Amino acid sequence: MAAPAPILRMSGIGKQFPGVKALDGVDFRLLPGEVHALMGENGAGKSTLIKVLTGVYDIDAGEIELEGRRVAFSSPLAAQQAGISTVYQEVNLCANLSVAENIFIGREPRRFGRIQWKAMRRRAEEILARLDLDLDVSAPLSSYSLAIQQMVAIARAVDIDAKVLILDEPTSSLDAGEVAQLFRVMRRLKEQGIAILFVSHFLDQIYEISDRMTVLRNGTLVGEYLTSELSQVELIGKMIGRELADLEKLEERPPASEGAPLIEAEKLGRTGAIQPFTLTIREGEVVGLAGLLGSGRTEIARLLFGADHAGTGSLKIGGEPVNLRTPRSAVSRKLAFCSENRRAEGLIPDLTVRENLVLALQASRGWTRPIPRRRQDELVDKYIAALNIRPANPDQLIKNLSGGNQQKVLLARWLILEPRLLILDEPTRGIDVGAKAEIQRLVAELSDGGMAVLFISAELEEVLRLSHRVGVLRDRRLVAELDNDEGLTTDTLTETIASGARS
Amino acid sequence: MSRILKHRLFWPLVILVALLALNLFFTDNFFKIEMKEGHLYGSVIDIVRFGAPLILVSLGMTLVIATSGIDLSVGSVVAIAGALACLRISDLSDQNSVGGVLGAVGLALVLSVVLGAWNGFLVAGIGIQPIIATLILMVAGRGLAQLITDGQITTVNSSPYKLIGGGYWLTLPFGIIVVAVVLALTAFLTRRLALGLLIESVGGNAEASRLAGISARGVLMTVYAFCGLCAGIAGLMISSNVSSADGNNAGLWIELDAILAVVIGGTPLSGGRFSLSGTVLGALIIQTLTTTIYSIGVPPETTLLFKALVVTIVCLIQSPAFRTKVFHRRRRPVTASPAPEEKVRVTA
Repeated sequence: MAAPAPILRMSGIGKQFPGVKALDGVDFRLLPGEVHALMGENGAGKSTLIKVLTGVYDIDAGEIELEGRRVAFSSPLAAQQAGISTVYQEVNLCANLSVAENIFIGREPRRFGRIQWKAMRRRAEEILARLDLDLDVSAPLSSYSLAIQQMVAIARAVDIDAKVLILDEPTSSLDAGEVAQLFRVMRRLKEQGIAILFVSHFLDQIYEISDRMTVLRNGTLVGEYLTSELSQVELIGKMIGRELADLEKLEERPPASEGAPLIEAEKLGRTGAIQPFTLTIREGEVVGLAGLLGSGRTEIARLLFGADHAGTGSLKIGGEPVNLRTPRSAVSRKLAFCSENRRAEGLIPDLTVRENLVLALQASRGWTRPIPRRRQDELVDKYIAALNIRPANPDQLIKNLSGGNQQKVLLARWLILEPRLLILDEPTRGIDVGAKAEIQRLVAELSDGGMAVLFISAELEEVLRLSHRVGVLRDRRLVAELDNDEGLTTDTLTETIASGARS
Repeated sequence: MSRILKHRLFWPLVILVALLALNLFFTDNFFKIEMKEGHLYGSVIDIVRFGAPLILVSLGMTLVIATSGIDLSVGSVVAIAGALACLRISDLSDQNSVGGVLGAVGLALVLSVVLGAWNGFLVAGIGIQPIIATLILMVAGRGLAQLITDGQITTVNSSPYKLIGGGYWLTLPFGIIVVAVVLALTAFLTRRLALGLLIESVGGNAEASRLAGISARGVLMTVYAFCGLCAGIAGLMISSNVSSADGNNAGLWIELDAILAVVIGGTPLSGGRFSLSGTVLGALIIQTLTTTIYSIGVPPETTLLFKALVVTIVCLIQSPAFRTKVFHRRRRPVTASPAPEEKVRVTA
C-alpha cells in the first residue's frame, strides 16, 4: 500500500527548558487514517512534543507542517481551530456541568445571544451516537464514570472538525471493557480519515490499536516503526536503551514463608461499597487483588486502612481486635496505604519533595515533635537514592516531578514508617516501564524482608508476577481466593473474574 | 539581582517603602524617631503601634487561610474580648489592682479561645463551610458584645489596663512588644515545630493529608482557636487604648483588613503555603496607607475610595500574571510564559 502524504510533519524539533534539553532534532509525521503511537519513558519528551505541536509551548528549532502548509500555533485554541484536538490523561472538563454543556462549552448554539438548549441537547446526542454512546446529555458529567467522561472529552474533540486527534494516556484509568469501547470509537474515527496520535503505557493496547509508532528517548528520536514489524521486547529495548533482563528476573518468586497472620478481616463490609468479605494477610505475604474497575478493589483497601468506616464485620491486626475509625489509627498500627488517585489523595502539590516525603512520619509524631532537620536530610537522601527519584532535589516542588517520580515519593512517604502492611492501589498506573520495574522489584524485596503487601492492579500479569495469593473481585464481592501456583495464569484469572468462580 | 526580584516579599516591600516615602513629601521629619521621657516617639513608631491590633488579627487569619479556610468573626471577637475585660474591670472595687486586671484579661482571652474553638468545631467537627460557620459568630458576636456591655459604652479608669494599648515598656509602646512576642510564638509553633507543615498540608490537599494520618480536625481546631486568641488580644489592645468598650464599633471591618493583609503578604486564599513575614508587611502596608490618607489630607468623604484604589493597585502589582502582561508586552501572551518554569523536569 502506497503511503499517502502525511497530514502532519514535524522536522528537526528542538525545545529547551532551563537546564534541560527536552527535545533535540525530533522528526515526526502522521498519516491520515492511522493510529500512531508515541512511545518513550516518562521524561523522554512525549508530552513536550505534544505540547509543542498544540501550541502550549513555542519551539526553539525546527518546523511544523499541517497539510503541507507551515504552521506555528500560538495557543492550544489556535491549534484546535486548525484541526488538531487533544484529549489529555486527566479529563479536563467541568464535572458540574451537563454532558451537553461540556461538549459545547464555549461554542454553544445561539440565537440572538440566547443559548438554544434544545438544539444543543439534540446535537450532543447525535455526536455521542456517532461514538456508539447513549447518555442522558442533560445529566451532570460527574454522574458518569471516568471512562464515559473520557469519551465525552473525545466526542467534544472530534466534533471540532478534527483532522488530528491526540489522545494522551486516555486509557490509564479505564478497565478492559471500557478500553475496548474506546478502541471501537478510535477505529471508527480512523475510518473517517482522522489521524490519531496515541500515547499509552500499556504495550498490549499499543499493539492492539496502533499501525505505526515513533519512539523517543531522552528527547531524541530513536526511530519510526511499523507496529507489525517490531516485537514488544525490541520496543522496550529501544525505549529504555537497555535490555529488560530486570523485569524477567522477577518471574521467579520464592514462595511466601508461613508468616503469622497480620490482618484478619472477618465479614468486613460496607453497604454500597463492598459486600462482607473475609481475608487474611500474613506477614511477608503479597496478596494481589484482581477484578474490573469498580469491582470493589479500592473499597477493600480503604476499609482495611480505616479511610472508610466498616458497616459490618470485624478486623484483627496482629491478633488484636481493632476498630479503625480514621487513617490515623491505621497508621499508628503500622498500616500504610498508597491511593490509586495520586493527585487527589496522595500529593500535596505545593509542598516540596522533602515535605511530601516526611509528611506521614511527621503526622504520626504529631506537630509538637518536629523531625530534626538532619534526620530529615538523612531520610530524604536515603530514599531519593534508594528509589532513584529524579530530579534528586529535595527542595523541588512535587508538582514539577513526572508521574513515576511522584509515585516513588509517595511510596517513600510510607516506607519511612516501616509499615507492617503496605497497601498499594495501582502503584504502577500511568508510569513508564523503567519505573514500573523498579516499583515491582521493590515490592518483591519488601515482602522478602517480612512486610505484608496488598497489591491492587488492573494489569493481571503484574498481579500474577508479584502475588503469592490473588483475591478475585466481581461486582463488589470477593468471589475467590486463589493460590498463585503453576495452574494460575492470566487466562484462568480472567475466567474467574468473568464467571465468579475458578473453572 | 533577579533572585531578589523574584523573592516573594520583594513587591510588598517595594510598596511599603514607596508608601512611606510618599509621606516624606507631606510630613516633615517623617522618619525622625526621638526619645521623650524615656519613650520612643515618631511617625514610624506610631504606624507600628496603631497597626498592632491589625497585625495580630492578620497573624491568626494567616494560619486560618493557610488551611483554605477563612474567619469572618474576628471583628466580633475583638469587640467581645474588650467588652468582657472592661465589664470585669469596671466591677472591681479598685480598678487599679493589678491582680484584678490580670484576672479580667485572662478571662477575656479564655473566652476568645473558646469562641475560636467554636468556629473550629463548626468547620472541622460539623463540616460547615468556613465562610458560613464564622459568619454565624460574626453576626451573633456583635450581639453578644452588646449584651455584655448592656448596649452601653463601658468606660474604665484603670492604669494597669491602659498599659496594654496605650502604655510603654522598655522605651517601646507595649503593643509593639505584644506583637513581637505573638509573632515570635507563631513563628516558633509553625516553623520550629511542625504545625506549619501540617497546616500547609491540610490546606494544600485535605483528603491526602487525612490519608497520610494527619488529624485534620485537630489542626483546624488549633488554628481557629489560635485565631480567636489573636483577635482577643487585639480586642484588649483596642479597648485599652480608649479605656472603653464599644460593642458596636470595636473591630468593625477588621476581618476585611486582615484578609487583605494576608493576601497582600502573598498567602493565597486557596490555602497551602503561607508567609508570616508577608502578612506583617501586608498589615503594615494597610496601616501606613491609613496614616498616609490622614497626612496627605485626602478629604474624609473620599478616603474609602482612595484606599480602595491603592489596594487595587497593590494587588495588581503583586500579581505575577499582571506584571508579565504589562511589562512584557513584546513577548507572547501569558499562556506560554509561565510554562518553562513549571516544566523544570529532568529526563528520567
